[in-house]
Amino acid sequence: MTDATINISSTNFRPGTSDAEIEAAAARAAAHRRHTVTFWRLAILVVFLGAWEIAGRMAWIDPFFYAMPSTIAGRLYEWITEGTSEGPLWYHLYVTMEESVLGFVTGSVAGIIIGVALGRNRMAADIFSIYIKLINSIPRVVLAPIFIMILGLGLASKVALAFVMVFFVVFHNAFQGVREADRAMIANARILGASDWQLTRSVIVPSAMSWIFASLHVSFGFAIIGAIVGEFVGSRFGIGLLINIAKGSFDAAGMYAAIVIVMVVALGAEYLMTLVENRLAKWRPQPLHETQ
Amino acid sequence: MAVEKTAPAIELINVSRRFLSPTGKSLTAIRDFTMTVGRGEFVAVVGPTGCGKSTTLNLVTGLASPSAGEVRVMGAPVKGIDPRIGFVFQTDALFPWRTVIENVMAGPLFRGKPKSQAEASARDWLARVGLARFEQHYPHQLSGGMRKRVALAQTFINGPEILLMDEPFSALDVQTRVLMHEELLRLWSEAKASVVFVTHDLEEAIALADKVYVLTAGPATVKSVYTIDLPRPRVVADIRYEQSFIDYSRTIWSDLKEEVETSYARAAA
Repeated sequence: MTDATINISSTNFRPGTSDAEIEAAAARAAAHRRHTVTFWRLAILVVFLGAWEIAGRMAWIDPFFYAMPSTIAGRLYEWITEGTSEGPLWYHLYVTMEESVLGFVTGSVAGIIIGVALGRNRMAADIFSIYIKLINSIPRVVLAPIFIMILGLGLASKVALAFVMVFFVVFHNAFQGVREADRAMIANARILGASDWQLTRSVIVPSAMSWIFASLHVSFGFAIIGAIVGEFVGSRFGIGLLINIAKGSFDAAGMYAAIVIVMVVALGAEYLMTLVENRLAKWRPQPLHETQ
Repeated sequence: MAVEKTAPAIELINVSRRFLSPTGKSLTAIRDFTMTVGRGEFVAVVGPTGCGKSTTLNLVTGLASPSAGEVRVMGAPVKGIDPRIGFVFQTDALFPWRTVIENVMAGPLFRGKPKSQAEASARDWLARVGLARFEQHYPHQLSGGMRKRVALAQTFINGPEILLMDEPFSALDVQTRVLMHEELLRLWSEAKASVVFVTHDLEEAIALADKVYVLTAGPATVKSVYTIDLPRPRVVADIRYEQSFIDYSRTIWSDLKEEVETSYARAAA
């Protein structure tokens, strides 16, 4: 019946290649790739920090301005074990986190609610869009002195700044996500019997969720920026205050140490967000953000 | 209510539907369109691509309203979305973030049924379409044919008296499509619903329907109506080789061909 021939001498076909062998080879290749990636990641970090340290010690760059990884690590160790000149490090970190989290939560909730509401109501969207554009064109940072003047040096002014940083990003994505919701899916839900509220809650919002999540990833970083800029301009506690004091005393290591702390916190928040998203988005064929 | 008992399931009487294009121009999708679908009747609508076939279905659902003429469902004018209507879409309209069983439960839950009842009913319908083992899967984990079966269960669970289908199987491969035809005819004969099945595939229309409406190139109006007198129950896989089927196919195609050519020439111009 068939007269097809298999060319045994060809390089693609090795006699005795079983499924198990192919799978084992693929697993080895995948592990090798993972190790290579990890190796290069570490190597680049070590080379960068090493070059910085050596450049500082050889006085190619002035350690007074640029500090050195060793002095930064020393300052971090000192802050952690003995506290800063302004009191315990943990308290400052706690204050900054409190401001960021409050601003992030209120800003994203308000952004989602107003984004979905305007996305569902074309008339309201047309009326308000001009004002949203107007307010959005203000560089957020210039609001810091205004908020501090109105709300004082405490928590409220920083939360307000973090809120406006977060709100517009989340709002735009929620709005766009609602607008992009699949028309056939909406028609299907309506014919299946969904009321307007059911349609919004169980079709529109879930389908806008991947858009909203994309904005939540960046907006926690924005909330931290809002809190720190607010502290920088005027406050009694917080990481922003530490940076400000380090700047005032020409303490380069202190400034970099504060940056390292913010980096660690922001990365931690990003990691948590990815975990939450992957849990919520288990229906998706592939996660948008890979953890590896 | 005496009128309701005897009235046909769907009547479109001299219906026209115009759209406004984004540039503000008025376009006519269908004009002077008249169609009657009796209770329990299976009607197929064929016509050239883009002639306005889907518009007729939207008018029946109440998602769109006619610019002129009248649309009646069960003897009463259409006001909003009628709960007695079920709709199967051409594209995938399942909710991708819900599992298969949650998708099928959607209709009863939207209509205020208690969760336990909806779940039991959804299980029953999934078993009927042969997907009992896939309750907890998500739509993206299923093949195209399986997703269509979920869509059928999602629609049939509401017990529709009128079933509107907009090229539901056009995205499936030929073998799967024949299986879906058998499935649909089985569900239809159990549910005794009136069906309007829009398609561009003439053989599909003849194999399934009691009546085939041929539409003109857009703006669409009814060109001719053929009654398909093939015995039921039909075996879709075999019926296409019978002489009477081939005769129907040849007659209706010669009619449809002119419209397809007109439509094609217009698109090319």
